[in-house]
Amino acid sequence: MIRLFGSLAALMLVMFVAALVIGPAGVGPVESLRALVLGDGGPMTLVMREIRLPRAILAVMIGAALGLAGAAMQGYLRNPLADPGLIGVSGSAALGAVISIQTGLAAVAMLALPLAALTGAVIGVLLVLTLAGPRGGALTLILAGIAISALAGAMTSLVLNLSPNPFAANEIVFWMMGSLADRSMTHVWIALPLILAGALLLASLTRGLDALTLGEDAAEAMGINLGRMRLMLIFGTAAVVGASTAVAGAIGFIGLVVPHILRGFVGARPGRLLWASAMGGAVMLLAADIAVRVILPTRDLKLGVLTALVGAPLFLHLIYRTRRDAA
Amino acid sequence: MRASDLTLVLALAGALLGAPVAVQADAPQRVVSMNLCTDQLAMMLAARGQLLSVTYLASDPRSSAMAEQAQAYPANRGLAEDVYLMQPDLVIAGSFTTRATVEMLQRLGLRVEIFEPVQALEDIAPQILRMGDLLGQEEAAAALVEQFEADLAAFQAEVTRNPRAALYAANGFTSGPDSLSGQILETAGFTNIAADLGYARGGILPLEVLVMQAPEAVITSRPYPGNSRAEAVLQHPALRAAQDSRAAGRFSDRDWVCGTPFVLRAVAEMAQLRRILTGDDE
Repeated sequence: MIRLFGSLAALMLVMFVAALVIGPAGVGPVESLRALVLGDGGPMTLVMREIRLPRAILAVMIGAALGLAGAAMQGYLRNPLADPGLIGVSGSAALGAVISIQTGLAAVAMLALPLAALTGAVIGVLLVLTLAGPRGGALTLILAGIAISALAGAMTSLVLNLSPNPFAANEIVFWMMGSLADRSMTHVWIALPLILAGALLLASLTRGLDALTLGEDAAEAMGINLGRMRLMLIFGTAAVVGASTAVAGAIGFIGLVVPHILRGFVGARPGRLLWASAMGGAVMLLAADIAVRVILPTRDLKLGVLTALVGAPLFLHLIYRTRRDAA
Repeated sequence: MRASDLTLVLALAGALLGAPVAVQADAPQRVVSMNLCTDQLAMMLAARGQLLSVTYLASDPRSSAMAEQAQAYPANRGLAEDVYLMQPDLVIAGSFTTRATVEMLQRLGLRVEIFEPVQALEDIAPQILRMGDLLGQEEAAAALVEQFEADLAAFQAEVTRNPRAALYAANGFTSGPDSLSGQILETAGFTNIAADLGYARGGILPLEVLVMQAPEAVITSRPYPGNSRAEAVLQHPALRAAQDSRAAGRFSDRDWVCGTPFVLRAVAEMAQLRRILTGDDE
């Protein structure tokens, strides 16, 4: 366990530093880091502190949030296909965020944007869990998710098309695919409180999720309050996914891929999988964000493109295996 | 107000008020313009009653320098149906007007004249003269050109130092020296950093690269209402921190869009900013 923690932490550190030193400004790594830490007041300090640092911090925060949310949902539903992006939570959060931006609500108070996204996400999670039922079979869960994603996506497009701003309609891609380009410290402060609060809620599920592997009756016999756990899952997931989506758009598949890869390393204990997936999610999003900068530096390639290229084949594989197990 | 600014205003007012009342007998009598920039040239030169309609964009003060005058004309949305029903004898379109619309109008037997978008200050005079020819207002056009060129020449003399500046619009688009905006900036006495970076017409300039260039002034496009992420980059803290605070809040807007004498207003505004930055302001 300590070895897994150590290697994930080391990977995260390497990726974080790489995210800080790679960029179109084309300044050497040592010089970049010196400008970041010492702050000579030159333009490189500005680039490091105002552009690259917030971007790297956001990648860690949001990657961790999505990995954690995926692991928690999969543990609670005991279904490896649950991912906030796939089941429509991210899409509903994006709708909430877009509505608050286009109505001007987001400009009134700093936390209005993530709270609106949280509201959208809560509605999304509630709808999915209601439609799929507490023991949600894989098929109903995915079908409910598809319907909610489609509806939220259509509403998002509608709101953006109705905007008086001629550029807004082009942003449909951002809200569906996600990007961290040119985000600033403001966005870090916007997202941080809700991501922290949501992560605390989800982390407190550790014991409950482990107990739940024995079945609901056994878990209740062990003193787990399932109703309370469900509420904490709903609000925890909605908070981390909502805040992430509000500043970076809907980035899919991280919550699917990361828990899947790490499950074997934690001995299939969903409780332990939570922190491991949070760290793994941060590593994956940092890697994706470095890749979009290296592959197409000036085009703002969307993060969701890369995560889907990795995640979608895995998703197909999981569907195939689910069907085979059922047969 | 400086002398050159004053003559500019007078020249524009003269051009607008002095347009002949009578339409020449052999000139087109029912003209429809389908492009924001030809709208403005036509409004400057057409005789009363000669111009039937301009686009709806011409009365939008965000994009049109002649929004008030445009109120007097019925607006069209640049659709073939719209335009044909006005039964014009001359249609003036921009080369960015959809090909399908232009072909449709030509098939219906209308005369369509197409104007290229202006990419350089030196292309403005020929466009004014061409518009004068089309409308049968050669004399008014010649007078407007003469005044425009005299005012333009007045900007060349006084520069003591060329501060470095960048043009930055939605999605991080910068305009280079071979664009109208780039030439406005240069005429006003700035060095365009896009030129040093090898952008000719323009292109996407990553925010990092812009900040590393440490320009004294960043002239951004004016944001539209109802937020967009494309314009969010213009409010990035790094952008504000990079430039001289005296240059903050300068926008490229309606005077920058079209190749009309109004570009001189943009040049004058930028020249004033330059004098503030170089300490030459009186």
